[in-house]
Amino acid sequence: MEIDADNLSATELRLGLPGTSSSDDWQKKPSPSVGAKRALDDTRSEASGTSPATAGDLDHDTAAPPKAQVVGWPPVRAYRKNTFQAAAAAKKAEQQGGLYVKVSMDGAPYLRKVDLRMYKGYRELSDALDALFTKSISAAAAAAEGGEHQHAIAYEDKDGDLMLVGDVPWDMFISSCKKLRIMKGSEAR
Amino acid sequence: MGRGGSRAAPAAAAPPWHVLPDEVWEHAFSFLPADSDRGAAAAACRSWLRAERRSRRRLAVANCYAASPQDAVDRFPAVRAVEVKGKPHFADFGLVPPAWGAAAAPWVAAAADGWPLVEEISFKRMVVTDDCLEMIAASFRNFQVLRLVSCEGFSTAGLAAIAAGCRNLRELDLQENEIEDCSIHWLSLFPESFTSLVTLNFSCLEGDVNITVLERLVTRCRNLKTLKLNNAIPLDKLANLLRKAPQIVELGTGRFSADYHPDLFSKLEAAFAGCKSLRRLSGAWDAVPEYLPAFYCVCEGLTSLNLSYATVRGPELIKFISRCKNLQLLWVMDLIEDHGLAVVASSCNKLQELRVFPSAPFDAAEQVSLTERGLVDVSASCPMLESVLYFCRRMTNEALITIAKNRPNFTCFRLCIIEPHTPDYTTHQPLDAGFSAIVESCKGLRRLSVSGLLTDSVFKSIGAHADRLEMLSIAFAGNSDLGLHYILSGCKSLKKLEIRDCPFGDKPLLANAAKLETMRSLWMSTCSLTLGACRQLARKMPRLSVEVMNDPRRGCPLDSLTDESPVETLYVYRTIAGPRSDTPACVQIV
Repeated sequence: MEIDADNLSATELRLGLPGTSSSDDWQKKPSPSVGAKRALDDTRSEASGTSPATAGDLDHDTAAPPKAQVVGWPPVRAYRKNTFQAAAAAKKAEQQGGLYVKVSMDGAPYLRKVDLRMYKGYRELSDALDALFTKSISAAAAAAEGGEHQHAIAYEDKDGDLMLVGDVPWDMFISSCKKLRIMKGSEAR
Repeated sequence: MGRGGSRAAPAAAAPPWHVLPDEVWEHAFSFLPADSDRGAAAAACRSWLRAERRSRRRLAVANCYAASPQDAVDRFPAVRAVEVKGKPHFADFGLVPPAWGAAAAPWVAAAADGWPLVEEISFKRMVVTDDCLEMIAASFRNFQVLRLVSCEGFSTAGLAAIAAGCRNLRELDLQENEIEDCSIHWLSLFPESFTSLVTLNFSCLEGDVNITVLERLVTRCRNLKTLKLNNAIPLDKLANLLRKAPQIVELGTGRFSADYHPDLFSKLEAAFAGCKSLRRLSGAWDAVPEYLPAFYCVCEGLTSLNLSYATVRGPELIKFISRCKNLQLLWVMDLIEDHGLAVVASSCNKLQELRVFPSAPFDAAEQVSLTERGLVDVSASCPMLESVLYFCRRMTNEALITIAKNRPNFTCFRLCIIEPHTPDYTTHQPLDAGFSAIVESCKGLRRLSVSGLLTDSVFKSIGAHADRLEMLSIAFAGNSDLGLHYILSGCKSLKKLEIRDCPFGDKPLLANAAKLETMRSLWMSTCSLTLGACRQLARKMPRLSVEVMNDPRRGCPLDSLTDESPVETLYVYRTIAGPRSDTPACVQIV
């Protein structure tokens, strides 16, 4: 179900009667352009045959939400609708929202934050972390006795255990990673 | 017929049957299974009326405005169990304006006054307040069963009153209500000495409950047979609860999602293995496929499975259902798809009721492969199938005709093709032939919902053939007044008719006005009705209540509108109570 960010009222778990909104309307008027917001269409125009089929053409435009909705159709109970709206919204939020985790590096004065959703895999994450911490890495490399400037990336998972990054599939990693830690090569051995 | 005042023969060996004392008739009537039978007996003569009404224990009021609460109490003084239904069915889909009515308070007040011995109260689609619940808790010393279905207006404070006040409560059954969460620990208010609970269903509650309190309650209620948890109860707590109540017959799981842990899986599996009496299963929100095998040991015994909130798809779901060989009732999401239903068809031969709900009803882009194929397979292989609710996106006449031929024993057939006006996708014809086949073949059909592209001719078939049909739902169908006329002039047993977005106008309504008094109610929204016709109907039929509802933002009150003004929504019902006085501004009784 399409839910635009600025139409969050659709995802609200309201306690009012089905079909109500906070402004007390119980049948909204049609919006001027079908396919703009997810509007409640004037059911009369649906019945008179301005066919929903033509409205389906709008679906080609992936940015546009689906055709305007008719009140109370399909006949899905408000209770069921609410349950799925909430679940769908949560899923979407999870999928599209940022997944920011702290990144600490041993020896660096302050931590950074990265959005794990920005990266498609470990390679990209590694490159990004390198970019974030270039100064600290080169400083450490200079201080180290040469050859030991390899860094290991570790993460803290949901159970609080420190794990080496790279063992599990990327998706599983994203869902369980709580914190990143760049460790000095010597500690990692 | 014998009237009470006839003279008995002097000193006869036994009195003639028509002067038998009331107690004998009361005893005889207690064997009549249906209320309608009792009603028929009561209409026979005065003494039977007297005997019947004074011994009536169970009362079902299908429309709370058909009679006043006081009428009910006066006529049936000995009622112990009462069920009252309020808003029309389309309220479920948001078509009834807020504050329309259906307050439970007058019924509770009348019951408290006139039926102090009441033990059971059920409300469906009514507005039940915390005050109502408090009054129930305070007024009936032997109160045992509270069932609230699709109600609203109350909070956990009301539940607290019930828990604290109803010493003999056996059933607390809350189905799909909107309950406000006041963060009151209502469960804690069941006293420690309270052990009589047999049914506890709080699946629709959105807030948290104190799990320790719940565990203690479950432990001490040794007769608990039905336990339906809400979404807040996590999986590991479910295992604990099951261990404390292995005698459970009906279970609604809480949230069934969690990261997979083999320990938790074993715990669950062991807990379920202990539930030898488990027959009905529901809940399973967000079920995670990896945990489904924990249920395997109960599959064989299950007769009822409601996975309609479980967004599980794929092989685990199908494997699970295929092990439930004794299923009589199955509710699923369309995520089961056609191939899943094919497996159901071959595995669950005792199936009587199937409901398939849409997982993405508003999003045509999310295609799920559930079509007419699934329904055809199930109806071909399940000889006892008699009730279907099926949401899909395409259908053919041929499929419907095949289904009709295979399953003449349908009593309830509700098909919802999600896109309005959808024709047969292979022939592009209306689905008239298909639905006609259904009503012609299924002689016992009591409930029918039609959808897709339909012309007046399907209504001709329905009117002519659907003799036992009691409830008919029509949306986006028909092409002229004839459609409605066919229905109202036919359908001998019609009780409830609900119509939306059809081009039906004034003429068939007025021409069949008398029919409306033989029915419980008629709903028509977004059709082609005018205010004048509604006024005329009301004048012609004084025992009908004719309610007109318009968009409240259209300003002028109905009185000032002309006869030609269009009517957005019409709701007509028969009543002996006269016009009700609790209508909101946008509803008027003409």
